[in-house]
Amino acid sequence: MRYSGWQLLKQGLRGNAGWQPAWRTPVLQRSYDAIVVGGGGHGLAAAYYLARVHGLKRVAVLERGWIGGGNTGRNTTIVRSNYFFAESAAMYDFALRLYEGLSRELNYNIMLSQRGVLNLAHTEHDMELMTRSVNAMLLNGIDVELLDAKQVRDEVPLLNFSPSARFPIHGGFVQRRGGVARHDAVAWAYARGASDLGVDIIQNCDVTGWLREGSRIVGVETSLGRISAGVCAMSVAGHSGVMAEMAGFRLPITSYALQAMVSEPLKPILDTVVMSTATGMYVSQSDKGELVFGAGLDLYPSYAQRGNLPTGQAIVAAMLELFPAFRRLKMLRQWAGIVDVCWDYSPVIGPAPVEGLYLNCGWGTGGFKATPVGGWLLAHLMATGQHHALSAPFDLGRFTSGMLVDEAAGAGIAH
Amino acid sequence: MLLIPCPWCGPRSEHEFGFGGEPAVRPQSSASDTEWADYLYMRTNPKGRNTELWCHSAGCGQWFVMERDTVTHAIHTTREMGA
Ligand SMILES: Cc1cc2nc3c(=O)[nH]c(=O)nc-3n(C[C@H](O)[C@H](O)[C@H](O)COP(=O)(O)OP(=O)(O)OC[C@H]3O[C@@H](n4cnc5c(N)ncnc54)[C@H](O)[C@@H]3O)c2cc1C
Ligand SMILES: [Zn+2]
Repeated sequence: MRYSGWQLLKQGLRGNAGWQPAWRTPVLQRSYDAIVVGGGGHGLAAAYYLARVHGLKRVAVLERGWIGGGNTGRNTTIVRSNYFFAESAAMYDFALRLYEGLSRELNYNIMLSQRGVLNLAHTEHDMELMTRSVNAMLLNGIDVELLDAKQVRDEVPLLNFSPSARFPIHGGFVQRRGGVARHDAVAWAYARGASDLGVDIIQNCDVTGWLREGSRIVGVETSLGRISAGVCAMSVAGHSGVMAEMAGFRLPITSYALQAMVSEPLKPILDTVVMSTATGMYVSQSDKGELVFGAGLDLYPSYAQRGNLPTGQAIVAAMLELFPAFRRLKMLRQWAGIVDVCWDYSPVIGPAPVEGLYLNCGWGTGGFKATPVGGWLLAHLMATGQHHALSAPFDLGRFTSGMLVDEAAGAGIAH
Repeated sequence: MLLIPCPWCGPRSEHEFGFGGEPAVRPQSSASDTEWADYLYMRTNPKGRNTELWCHSAGCGQWFVMERDTVTHAIHTTREMGA
């Protein structure tokens, strides 16, 4: 069923009884050409591009819970491409361009809102480093603008411009094409697009092991039985280490909890995304009016999707320091997702050390913005066995060669 | 919130501690690039019981070993390094 204004009217007049499920509930086959483990945005996008770009017919996505129930449904939905290194800028901007066309391509409103992402500088030194970053980004072809304190004040008058502020505002920079998108819609849109092209989306299917023929991986062991595959991939975010261990190798990844929160809904008060590296804090206002905010990781390994109190307090404190006007707001919800953090804050995309398996992981605290490109590159690898030019720098081999893409030091901003 | 029993100071709030990674043995300088990469970057990152290094950084400053569950966050034991 194609979605449109006309369809909305028609279904509305019929009491909304005629809507179809957005994706099929298929009968699980015992063999596929390609299996993607993990039904987050990345896994679903990979399956969609395998079918649409590479014409594969027998593709399955295996998800242990419900699709989009991992980090895809838990993130703060910021999209941007203002990265420091050319390799990252090329990749993340490819994602942003795919996002710009996604609602139309998938006939599904992902509610992309390019309201700008504004990063704050709190000291002279911040400002100097930011100028350097902005210059690097401009050289990478990314549309960013440096702002002085007055320009920041014009854009976000709510910020704490008091001379006694603990984190005074010296300026900032903005990427106007950055913004937010509806995370669930991205997962559902890819699921619907993939399903229409024949991809089987299997939920409640826990992958518990890999099937091998000699040293090659030839399928998966699951809670629904064995399934063989021509090629396999894992796109399981926080559980990458667990899946790798089943295949007998280790990854340069540690799993941490990253938490976020929303306030009670307000009238429109903040029309852009604000990030502050010094405090780690970032905030935007959702279409429902809630302030959506978060900050850094809980700094020890965790598989508990909760988030601890000390980090939660630090997030709230940072937000109130920057936006004193939010002091009286009530909190509505707090949650966490388990993120797969790589040493250089860049992803790992490429062949696994085991034949027949491809990796898409290590997106850590910032892979929602990369959902389309993660899927695109993984599909390319699975279909051709070769790196796409955009994914080559992110091969696992960089940890042996030393060619890290160190965005932790480079862009210095996560999420 | 974790209440961490420092082997020297007894139970203290997690605010005072820093996580220091999985214990690993530094390879010989003659080791291959792969061995160095394994030591420097590769992690087991287990789901469940984990052996970890921690530092009571805002307390006595000592490093110690902690057995902790990464799912429940239960702390099984803490002990002095090498103990
Ligand atoms: C609080 C928070 C805020 C964030 N904010 C941002 C942001 O503003 N911008 C941004 O770009 N990124 C952000 N991120 C990061 C972003 O959410 C992730 O990088 C991204 O969503 C990862 O997508 P994914 O598809 O790889 O993983 P997921 O959506 O986590 O999907 C992985 C799936 O694999 C499944 N799985 C795991 N093990 C198995 C198994 N054995 N068998 C079958 N299935 C399995 C899981 O159930 C899960 O559904 C944030 C993350 C969090 C937690
Ligand atoms: Zn101590």
